[in-house]
Amino acid sequence: MGEPEFEIPYTDLKLALDMGLSRRDILKIAAYGSLAAFIAACGGSTNTNTNTSITATGGKLAIGSYQSDSVPKKALADLVNNFSSSNGGTKVTINTVDHGTFQNQITSYLQGTPEDVFTWFSGHRMRFFASKGLATPIDDVWNAVKGNFTEGFANSVKGDDGHVYAIPSSYYPWAIFYRKDVFAQHNYSVPTNWDDFKALCAKMKTDGLIPIAFADKDGWPAMGTFDILNLRLNGYDFHVGLCTGTQKWNDPKVTAVFKKWAEIVPYYSPAFAGLTWQQAADQLLKKQAGMYLLGLFVSQEFLASGSQADLAQLDFFPFPHVGSQYDSEEALDAPIDVYMVTKKSPTLSANLGQAKAFMEYVAKGSAQTQFYVESPGAIPTANDADQSKYDPLTKKAAQIVSNAKRITQFFDRDSRPDFAGPNGMQQFLLKYLSNASADTTSLQSDMQKFWDSLGPE
Amino acid sequence: MAQTTRVSPAAAEGPGAGELVARGRGRYNVLTRYDRRVLAVMVGVPLLLDLVLIWWPTLTSVYYSLTNWDGIGDITAQNFIGLKNYTFLLSGGYFQFWPAVAHNLIWLAWLTFIATPLGIFFAVLLDREIKGSRFYQSVFYLPVVLSLVVVGFIWELQFAPTDGFINNAFGIAHSSKIIDWLGNPHINLFAILVAASWRHVGYMMVIYLAGLKSVDPTLREAAKVDGANEVQTFFRVIFPVMAPINTVIVVLTAIESLRAFDLAYIINQGKNGLELLSILVTNNSISESTRVGFGSAIAVILLVVSLGPIITFLTQAMRPARS
Repeated sequence: MGEPEFEIPYTDLKLALDMGLSRRDILKIAAYGSLAAFIAACGGSTNTNTNTSITATGGKLAIGSYQSDSVPKKALADLVNNFSSSNGGTKVTINTVDHGTFQNQITSYLQGTPEDVFTWFSGHRMRFFASKGLATPIDDVWNAVKGNFTEGFANSVKGDDGHVYAIPSSYYPWAIFYRKDVFAQHNYSVPTNWDDFKALCAKMKTDGLIPIAFADKDGWPAMGTFDILNLRLNGYDFHVGLCTGTQKWNDPKVTAVFKKWAEIVPYYSPAFAGLTWQQAADQLLKKQAGMYLLGLFVSQEFLASGSQADLAQLDFFPFPHVGSQYDSEEALDAPIDVYMVTKKSPTLSANLGQAKAFMEYVAKGSAQTQFYVESPGAIPTANDADQSKYDPLTKKAAQIVSNAKRITQFFDRDSRPDFAGPNGMQQFLLKYLSNASADTTSLQSDMQKFWDSLGPE
Repeated sequence: MAQTTRVSPAAAEGPGAGELVARGRGRYNVLTRYDRRVLAVMVGVPLLLDLVLIWWPTLTSVYYSLTNWDGIGDITAQNFIGLKNYTFLLSGGYFQFWPAVAHNLIWLAWLTFIATPLGIFFAVLLDREIKGSRFYQSVFYLPVVLSLVVVGFIWELQFAPTDGFINNAFGIAHSSKIIDWLGNPHINLFAILVAASWRHVGYMMVIYLAGLKSVDPTLREAAKVDGANEVQTFFRVIFPVMAPINTVIVVLTAIESLRAFDLAYIINQGKNGLELLSILVTNNSISESTRVGFGSAIAVILLVVSLGPIITFLTQAMRPARS
């Protein structure tokens, strides 16, 4: 297992000097010989300009962040700098931890000595820690900012107890991505129903393309396909029931999902169980593959390995209808990323006002737009985000999410982590995919048995 | 210890140095008060570290394994479920358990019958002082210096189906004959065993080579005089003389295969043919999944299995040298 990578946080001293402490001031303080005065000046305990009672300016704030990739990391650093200067020079430290490590260690992190604010996900993953008393409710902040969010986002940040625990910062849809130039070259048209979709796959195969890029070495990408097929065939309510245990895995409805899925597995990338999502995205980028069901973040790989011209060719369409009564839900996975306030942070009692000020700040469209411009790949959530800054792909992505009548987060955000993990759901789907046309009765009964073996949550 | 005391300059400066201190009931203690203090610190500190870092986690694991604790909050009476975790595991209730055991055994067999003998073979070759033996020695030892995480990354680059070296070298990366070294559950274990051996061979080679260097050269000469050929000399003379090293090699191989973790975890977090006991422990108890009690039960089973080779190793290593 990888060692946690603790980035060196901001050197606070530099920030402190930026907030109007001149060289002469420091000399003066040194002359007074008063350590207390220095600490007071650095700590900015001059909380004079407090607009609302729940937030505080100046002071300090610590943030635990999983934004370990360089692009979003820089965007967050700039966001924090802007927050700091707009909030009376609040001295913010960011503890960045590798994304996967952060997720794996979240339980011990939140119970130990976490930072005041942390980056996290909406859905079951948020509600779980809220119900375990490891997050601080922020209803007061939400009341101040809720006018800036739609109903869907409002529901996504509520815990089981009805309190609000998070501020949604961005989201992205899962859809079928393709290259416009490849579709134009072969005269393909966007399929809207299952038969057209399969016919297109067959056509692509004869044209020498991999019809559907697919990669599941890491286990989670396959869940996206399971989600959308289950939503289309069995509807939102059944899917949520399955994620939360009120529906059973040996239900014939699940069998139907696997049957339907088996119809497109032959069109997948060869050796998909050994590929990463980036490698499959490269197949789409290099025009070896025709389509790819993935989240909007596939654009990151286009930017990283391709050119701006490649990115301009990237487009997507919603998963086709399958002819069930649930097609009209237009449901899709659109995971929401959030900021939350911890509970056990040793500095929280001193920094709660600053933490709430930060939560208010990230609810602003201006802050979210700044983050988006620096790190595209997810869409701002605030109503007053500057949509003129969106590229066409983001505009379209925002469009298909707003068309959806039902939105899910993603299997591993909607279901319990011990079921969704590498030795649970991920393994089951890999096993299924290794021989998709086989009978799934015993697989499904194994899935249900595994679910039943998990203790109460 | 008493011997050291008499010659120790530090002790000589201490009170009552060099004297035998009379103690109650007519017993004499060869240790001065100063000695005893030094002894207490030198034994006490490692003992404390041992207790805190080894025994405490071990015993808490055993304790957790009797619960269904999720790692959050306190353990209450309702959390205690007795041996249920164990019966569930051993009865095959957890679909990943027995495959993981099987993979650990395959790992052990591979290292024992392929990688370790290869390392010994290299050691014997290099011991013959062939031309450039230092160079080969460094080459084979180089992977041992790398951490297994790095080894995992290196070999992932070789095995990756579409952009990996092997498939591209054979020109099958983009054909229908593509081999899924990492994703095919029938072959991916052997793919990473090649990677593990890459490191293990060098490790065994160095240990064995050190042993060979210490073999009395007159034995070889005697064998030669008696007309034994190279093979006979090795198997009839050298190999039996090397018995202590052989045990160390076998035990180290067993320990290596029981603690196998890094490579499989780097490749795909230990699923789809790469399940290992150590990975099940991690994925169940210290990942986002919070089955601490259940994961601890797997850890305890792994511990019990490991005790065999560990005890063998220790009795071998601690045995007083015979002249």
